[in-house]
Amino acid sequence: MNFSKRTYWLFLFPTLLALLLVLIIPFGQGIYYSFTQYNGFEVSAFVGLDNYKNLFSDDQFVYSLWFTAGFSIASVIGINVIGLSLAMLVTQKLGRISTLFRTVYFMPNLIGGIILGFIWQFIFLKAFTGIADLTGLDIFRGWLSDTETGFWGLVILFVWQMSGYIMVIYVSFLNNVPKELMEAATIDGANIWQSFWKVKFPMIAPAFTISLFLTLSNAFKVYDQNMALTSGGPFGSTEMVTMNIYNTAFKVQEMGYAQAKAILFLIIITFISVLQLYITRKRETEL
Amino acid sequence: MKNKIRIHKYSMILIGLIVSLIWIYPFYLVIVNSFKTKADIFNSTLGLPQIPTLENYPTAFMELDFIQSFMNSFLVTGGSILIIVMFTSMAGYALSRNPSKTSSGIYFLFAICMLIPFQSIMIPLVSLFGAVDMLNRTGIAIMYLGLGSSMAVFLYVGAMKGIPRALDEAAIIDGCNRLQVYWYIILPMLKPTTVTVIVLNAIWFWNDYLLPSIVINKEGMYTIPLKTFYFFGEYSTQWHLALAALVLAIIPIIILYVILQKYIINGISDGAVK
Repeated sequence: MNFSKRTYWLFLFPTLLALLLVLIIPFGQGIYYSFTQYNGFEVSAFVGLDNYKNLFSDDQFVYSLWFTAGFSIASVIGINVIGLSLAMLVTQKLGRISTLFRTVYFMPNLIGGIILGFIWQFIFLKAFTGIADLTGLDIFRGWLSDTETGFWGLVILFVWQMSGYIMVIYVSFLNNVPKELMEAATIDGANIWQSFWKVKFPMIAPAFTISLFLTLSNAFKVYDQNMALTSGGPFGSTEMVTMNIYNTAFKVQEMGYAQAKAILFLIIITFISVLQLYITRKRETEL
Repeated sequence: MKNKIRIHKYSMILIGLIVSLIWIYPFYLVIVNSFKTKADIFNSTLGLPQIPTLENYPTAFMELDFIQSFMNSFLVTGGSILIIVMFTSMAGYALSRNPSKTSSGIYFLFAICMLIPFQSIMIPLVSLFGAVDMLNRTGIAIMYLGLGSSMAVFLYVGAMKGIPRALDEAAIIDGCNRLQVYWYIILPMLKPTTVTVIVLNAIWFWNDYLLPSIVINKEGMYTIPLKTFYFFGEYSTQWHLALAALVLAIIPIIILYVILQKYIINGISDGAVK
């Protein structure tokens, strides 16, 4: 029995209205603003494609894009390698302690990027100096004071935060691998290495699609952690693209120009996500 | 053979323990140092407190306006979750019971909207809501409903597949209207999905910084992440106070996590996998 037409729309109305007000209308407006000079209150001029043309000569913006890309690549690799390793670890038959492990590894995920950023600011600035004093290792000195340590600081923070999340996803797939299959592989003489790569790995391929998709898009959209850990410093050298957009919009008040950046950001994210889904889905079927 | 398995098991447990220690070490350091004096933190960050002190906490508690910030966070998170659960489960119910071109179209619209990053709409969003004087809690709840609807609708539509249509039909024959069927039959059966929706959104709303930071402009309405951010800006050279504030901000989450961890981890994995 279907809904009557009236009830159908009544049930959908609140959610669709919110979608319209929050995403669809602002999205349309956003495209319009990106072709204008806009200060947040009124559009002072229609400038055509000028905002978009200026993007490519905006060194700081281009730099922030590359910085974000580098950060995303390093994070995606780190998170997936560590997340999968943790998942393999907690799915061994270790008894009740594996629940404790899971709880601990997942914990950073529950806490917001702002607070995690501050926690790691303390670790990098104070605790690392303490470690350097204790061990005499200079590698622990001067963290977050230059671009390189700022970059790796962000990567470490994000990997620490997200690995537990990705672990949970891998765990749910690993648990679905039938025991008989692994036993059969062992009986047929496969060693641990072979039974992982030849039997388990293809079974958890969909988990890679999900995890890569999630980590990649989350890494590209990182803002809170960046804000709290380095706030883009020193001298904007660890400024990610989201922070660049925010600053252009709300600090410099060039909202039209910021909106052009935001639209390009959307195009890049969509392109990467679609490409990545396409490639991994294709590989999944090949396995 | 048996010995080999046992050695394997214990070495795995050992590795797990070492990683766990590394994982919680940052929390440990923050907590331990929050009980030190300013000079003590400066002299020895890694060690235990010379003379443990509680005096950082009252100052941090007051400077954070902890009770007020907590209530603000609670209202924003709770209110937003309430409307998102209500409205998206209704939407999911309607969509899944009416397979039609319109329904597929709407479903597709939700999917497309999921791809839009917040940064791409935040400027017009603030202008639009500002123009109608909605830069307040109600406005935030509507924003979260819009931003979170795609994910929640997908989860509910997926769950609806497991609820037989015969159930609604029987209830309607017995004289229920759609709203009653939804409220008395469908919503209770969607409970496991509702738990997932609540968990995913609670973590997001409670911790969110960017959206409230551009929407909330009255200091009395600051949520915990916002308040922590401004507090930290003022006191960043005074680690003893800043750390006590961080611990205060974390405690409610950790308590809830310990109580509800089973639901939280299951919710997260269902949300990502389904």
